[in-house]
Amino acid sequence: MKKTVFVGVLALAGMSASVAAAGLLDEVKTRGKLNCGVATGVPGFAAPDANGEWQGFDVAVCRAVAAAVLDDPTAVEFVPTTGKTRFTALASGEIDMLARNTTWTFSRDVDLKFDFVGVNYYDGQGFLVRKDLGVSSAKELDGATICIQTGTTTELNLADFFRINNMSYEPVPIETNAEGQQQYLAGACDSYTTDASGLAATRATFEDAANHVILPEIISKEPLGPLVRHGDNEWADVVRWTLNALIAAEELGVTSANVAELASAPGNNPEINRLLGTEGTLGEMLGLPADWAVKALSVAGNYGEIFEKNIGETTPIGLARGLNAQWTSGGLLYAPPFR
Amino acid sequence: MTSLTDPPKESFRLGMLIYDTRYRSLTIQVVALIGFMIFAAWLINNTLYNLAEQGKNVAFGFLSDPAGYDINQRLLDYNSQSTHWRAAFIGLLNTLLVACMGCITATIIGVFVGVLRLSNNWLIARLMTVYVELFRNVPVLLWIVFTMAIMIETLPAPSDFRGENPEASMVLFDTVAITNRGVYIPEALFSNGLGDLPILPDRENPSCQPGEDGTLGDDCGVFQISLDLLLIVVVFGASLFASGLIRKRADRIQNETGDRPNTWYLRVGVVLLPTIAVLAVLGFHLGYPELKGFNFQGGTHLRNSLIALWLALSLYTAAFIAEIVRAGIMAISKGQTEAAAALGLRPNRIMNLVILPQALRVIIPPLISNYLNLTKNSSLAIAVGYMDITGTLGGITMNQTGRELECVLMLMLVYLAISLSISAVMNWYNERVKLVER
Repeated sequence: MKKTVFVGVLALAGMSASVAAAGLLDEVKTRGKLNCGVATGVPGFAAPDANGEWQGFDVAVCRAVAAAVLDDPTAVEFVPTTGKTRFTALASGEIDMLARNTTWTFSRDVDLKFDFVGVNYYDGQGFLVRKDLGVSSAKELDGATICIQTGTTTELNLADFFRINNMSYEPVPIETNAEGQQQYLAGACDSYTTDASGLAATRATFEDAANHVILPEIISKEPLGPLVRHGDNEWADVVRWTLNALIAAEELGVTSANVAELASAPGNNPEINRLLGTEGTLGEMLGLPADWAVKALSVAGNYGEIFEKNIGETTPIGLARGLNAQWTSGGLLYAPPFR
Repeated sequence: MTSLTDPPKESFRLGMLIYDTRYRSLTIQVVALIGFMIFAAWLINNTLYNLAEQGKNVAFGFLSDPAGYDINQRLLDYNSQSTHWRAAFIGLLNTLLVACMGCITATIIGVFVGVLRLSNNWLIARLMTVYVELFRNVPVLLWIVFTMAIMIETLPAPSDFRGENPEASMVLFDTVAITNRGVYIPEALFSNGLGDLPILPDRENPSCQPGEDGTLGDDCGVFQISLDLLLIVVVFGASLFASGLIRKRADRIQNETGDRPNTWYLRVGVVLLPTIAVLAVLGFHLGYPELKGFNFQGGTHLRNSLIALWLALSLYTAAFIAEIVRAGIMAISKGQTEAAAALGLRPNRIMNLVILPQALRVIIPPLISNYLNLTKNSSLAIAVGYMDITGTLGGITMNQTGRELECVLMLMLVYLAISLSISAVMNWYNERVKLVER
């Protein structure tokens, strides 16, 4: 009683009671639906398609978790969040997990009481400019007007970058990616800055994408990953290992095409067997059925497949794997062993 | 003979608290008050309990940490290393700026429209009706966003001013640049300026040591007041006071003799000459905006976020004020107009001398609440990226520190304080203009 009434009252102040200590995993199972916070619309990462279905790289993580837990990748309630509302939504229990290109930082992890369960995209902050501006380096942006989403780490990075390089700039704070795009295209700002992946995604939607360049400087580290509330380790484990399963599957060569076949009977690679539940009891330890990872992988395949389908080089967004390649191919993706 | 006896004194019984009408209302009030206090205590207790549950405490120490973000429109010195306190204060000044500008413009437009709506000219009266209905029936947020969108999409970008045959050019003899990033107007500069006066300087601060040219650093003091501005304001104020004395003398002579001496040239001279002299001594000149690099440099930059917010708030609130003014005027009986006309006053003077002064007592009270509305509506600033206090303290600071409860509480206190101050000032004014009835 105390808590339920309280949620309504304090929601006004942007806060609310923590969710009851009974595990979120059980709660999600009973509810039959996963509430997943995503961006309000970043093409390639999270945006509704022509049919109103959410699609994208971050959305795929939500769907994989929903498939692993509920055996239904469509049992997801997508909650669009802005840079400002996302943490309140997660802290208040409005969403079970947040998969919205959110940078893993110390204060968010420790002070805001969240658990980042991993990194699904290693990013960095870049600058988008028009080609005819004649700028080839971010160090030449002295005096420029720069559009920036408020309430993001990019805002602080930008202040630091210009301070360190002893340059001045005119920040134009904007609320959403769409607004930033509008102001940038109208020439109200010389440059638009956000994570380089977001810039590539935004540029892909321009009619004259070829007339815009992303400057070579990457001025920050932005490890983006899904996060959950502090304190429910079982739920954090489920999300963490679903993400790891997607990454490990790519390393082990498990794809959407062969996952059913590999899962039908134990093969000769014990790690694949443990991942797919044909050997050992990893699923049971998570509180999930033995074939949880099979379900997660059947949705859209492994990490590499999700990447290629949503943001890879064949898509309009055209991002190279770069840092996001497997560690075996020179990237940073390194899933802990399934054993 | 009958004798008066005191009515029998009833002793107090507990039941009287409910059944005796003398006590009943008191009982109800006491019970309601206790109930309210219990509810408030329960609410606070609940907040603290649940915050503790989340492992959060209520503390305001974070306000002294460096803010880490930049603010584009700063009325005082600020950089990304300044504290959250200062960021909040810069935001507060921006709120007050747009609120003051908005209230003044809204009043001027509102009074004009209100009067014109009563005009005998059919076209003017109808046009004003259309304006009022259009603005007050569409949410102000839409007007703000709409104004901003028009400015961004239709005005030329600074780069259009460049080149041999630029697509756009500056207006008013090349002194004002109107771009989609805002309007750049000439700024006042002083070649023999007196420098700045730091308020509450910290002697330990290295920037408070006079430099080679005897000036102090920008960081010295909590903020700095321009001595030039101070001098001009003082001289101008004194001139106005002197002009007031001349007027009083004229009033006295008029009362004694019935003839009003012609004093307008004296008053204009007294007001203007000393100020012009001071400006000349200080070496007043205008600094014009110039296209350098990406943007115009020099001059005063009125950002389009400020202009959009200011215009939209003014036009929206003016529609309400116009209705209030119209109601005020219509509350004055037609006999007043006819009596004034019988005395030979022209329509203009009837309005200024007879109708408006009486209408003010009807107009002022609802005007107060419109000023309050305008000020509170200015918190929609974030829609166009104007960094008011909701944008700094209630936006970036709250988001970067995660201190929602503290920030929102402070924000509420700030708006409460602003609103109560406006009410206090306007009530004082209302007392002054109120008709003294006999």
